[in-house]
Amino acid sequence: MSDVLAVADHRRGVVRDVSLELVRAGRELADDLGGELHLAVIAGDVDGFADTLSLEGVDAIHTVDAGEEFNHDLYAGATAALFEELAPAAVLMPNSVNGLDYAPAVANSLDLPLVADAVGLSYDGGLEATREMYGSKVETTVEVSEEPFAVTVRSGEWPAVEETADVPIEAFEFDFDESTSGARVRGFEEVGAGDVDIADAEFLVSIGRGIEEEENIELIEELAEATGATLSSSRPIVDNGWLPKNRQVGQSGKQVTPDVYLAIGISGAVQHVAGMKGAETIIAINTDPNAPIFDIADYGIVGDLFDVVPALTEQFS
Amino acid sequence: MKILVTVKEVAEAADDFEIEGTDIGEQFLEYDLNEWDDYAVEAAVQLSEEYDDVEVVSATIGPERAEETIRMALAKGVDRAIRVWDDDVAAADLDVAAKTRLFASVVEDEDPDLVLSGVQAADDGFGATGVSLADDIGFDWAAVVNHLETEDDLSTAHVHRELEGGVEELTDVDLPAVLTIQTGLNEPRYASLRGIRQAQSKEIAQFGLADLGLDADAVRSPLSRTEMYEPETESDATYFDGSADDQAAELADVLREKGVVAE
Repeated sequence: MSDVLAVADHRRGVVRDVSLELVRAGRELADDLGGELHLAVIAGDVDGFADTLSLEGVDAIHTVDAGEEFNHDLYAGATAALFEELAPAAVLMPNSVNGLDYAPAVANSLDLPLVADAVGLSYDGGLEATREMYGSKVETTVEVSEEPFAVTVRSGEWPAVEETADVPIEAFEFDFDESTSGARVRGFEEVGAGDVDIADAEFLVSIGRGIEEEENIELIEELAEATGATLSSSRPIVDNGWLPKNRQVGQSGKQVTPDVYLAIGISGAVQHVAGMKGAETIIAINTDPNAPIFDIADYGIVGDLFDVVPALTEQFS
Repeated sequence: MKILVTVKEVAEAADDFEIEGTDIGEQFLEYDLNEWDDYAVEAAVQLSEEYDDVEVVSATIGPERAEETIRMALAKGVDRAIRVWDDDVAAADLDVAAKTRLFASVVEDEDPDLVLSGVQAADDGFGATGVSLADDIGFDWAAVVNHLETEDDLSTAHVHRELEGGVEELTDVDLPAVLTIQTGLNEPRYASLRGIRQAQSKEIAQFGLADLGLDADAVRSPLSRTEMYEPETESDATYFDGSADDQAAELADVLREKGVVAE
């Protein structure tokens, strides 16, 4: 019982990057444990996905040819069945939106301890996982005293494995009738279309919770107008209905790659950073000197946006 | 119809804080209703306003201090509340499985038709209790729900799950179900003065492990937090100092240099 079973993520015919990162995390953990890395590929074009995932460090790929897209009953059931078959020490799943929809069920049904949203893993006689708490202000070490265990890993924390290899692929039989599932996927919808595509902007002025009130957005609009910038925001602004969804930058919003990203009153939560870290130059204005946004910023102003922004607008008026 | 909403009182760390042992010092923590749960409460209350004979019950695992947060939920329209706590729970390091066992016992007592839960808690961010609970009690479920409509006979919920990259999954879920609620699903109301007054007289029932038919084994956890530290700052940012005008002038120079400002 020293192997690792990792479950790949894909959507609409494409293997998601987190799957390549899971291979790295799984390989490292399997090395610590002294075992093999088994990869599960469930639903859709499993043979095509298995080809994509034939990567260095994977010892075997198990394909579950059932269903077209993600269904949590299929994923939870197939993962649990594979777990029973392989008896690994650990099952790794992505902390993606789909991971959130089945990983806790896998842990519960197999009675495994669950560490969610790990950003680091090591094993030396017991699992030690690194997690964040309090909105990324602190990191913690969590020890798990039982085996086997289940872990979901945060995307973007392990480098993707890209070196291909010749990995044995085995079909795993799992009977699944989606019509009997209590949750049935009817389709997908793109959201956030609109008159402005922030993904095309060269200069984004982006606002977060620090703006405090809806009427304060006017300050930022004046700055955007004076500088010719495009206005975007972090999630809470859109949740509040202060800006439309097509302005949201982040994991569940748009990925943006402007020349300059000016983050105003944005703390830099991991989900937001996932959408804007590709900006060429990042500038942050925030009152909290410990805000995570400063970790990725090229230029920083620790200060009150209500003082700095009007002064900046003045520079271009 | 009965809707059970799980409500957590979460801790938020002040901008400047100190770590004491494996947690942030109590004096640096402020407590509030978990943001995701606020949207779940609103969804439940809206359903109670839309349909006749809907009772909304909240369930919280937390110490007496949490009653302040629970009163906030009651003031927003929750009919009555349950708080789970005793010395054994207080002494435990509750993991997902332990919380699942506690809530499963509450579900067994209450027999709800729908359970709503925030996707995650702002403090520890596991994001797992709702789905784990659903699996445990044999309900159907959907995680990360940002749009919710129900059939009039309350047999099915039509939900959108918010996936990454601006894509939503449209899913039908049979009730009874557990839905984990994403922020943005609705606009959580502010508690009215009348609501706040009424909340004072609403019931908060307190249950210990024995009341739920459980013993200390139910909260035993194989997970333990052994360290907490501030991550090393990776910042190599150039900071602008001085007055707001000085800072703005330096920033303006950078923007001009980068060539992104319309002249």
